[in-house]
Amino acid sequence: MAGELRISVRTDADIVTARQKGRVLAEPLGFRGSDLALIATAISEVARNIVVYAGCGEIILDVVRDGEREGIVVIARDEGPGIADVEKAMQDGYSTSKSLGLGLPGAKRMMDEFEIVSAVGKGTTITMRKWRRSHEDRPYRPAGT
Amino acid sequence: MRVPILKQGDYLIASVQDSLADADLLQLSENLLTQVGLFHSRGVIVDVTALDVMDSFACRALRSLASAIRFRGAETVIVGIQPEVAFAMVQLGLDLAGIRTALDVEEGLELLGNGKDG
Repeated sequence: MAGELRISVRTDADIVTARQKGRVLAEPLGFRGSDLALIATAISEVARNIVVYAGCGEIILDVVRDGEREGIVVIARDEGPGIADVEKAMQDGYSTSKSLGLGLPGAKRMMDEFEIVSAVGKGTTITMRKWRRSHEDRPYRPAGT
Repeated sequence: MRVPILKQGDYLIASVQDSLADADLLQLSENLLTQVGLFHSRGVIVDVTALDVMDSFACRALRSLASAIRFRGAETVIVGIQPEVAFAMVQLGLDLAGIRTALDVEEGLELLGNGKDG
């Protein structure tokens, strides 16, 4: 295993880098196309949260194994202002910026596991995992997709 | 990364590249708004075939773009949203709020042309 990937996130270009690296890491694990899009989009949302609210932080990507299961873990970490009301931040349409307020609840819907730890004045850490579906329900993936 | 804008008759066609950052998308909006006036375009097609991610920022930017283009007297059609991208957008909770979409550039042009006749 190549080990974890760390991407420091400060600008909108870093958001693109983070989601591209996530896709590159997830693809050889056998995730299908729609899952790759979900993973990349979820990374994009948590990375943007860092840029918008904390200014800078990092995204850590790694492969996770749990017995037979294999998947990807995405950690988004910053030492920004933190989230005062996590429960509220996880509601669709709630935003303290001008965004659509779908980023965090959307990322949670797109991944299998989603944990958020935040302390005001200290920062926020989001850990999300997505497991590859078992071989049986993985449909045949035509070449070139 | 600059997004190439092609003029085809009454329409403008912008083909977005895969590594589009937020700033590029905002730059594209500005360029399209200017060029719609410059060429008296009736419609704008934004081709996102190459995009592998359409997140909440991109969606909001495209919605703003379409609204602003409408203020300038032209219509916008988004074409080429990939099936995986469409699926992820729904999971994320996004909608394009009244922006017209078509499968590809050809159908987008058809849609704009029909709108003019009707």
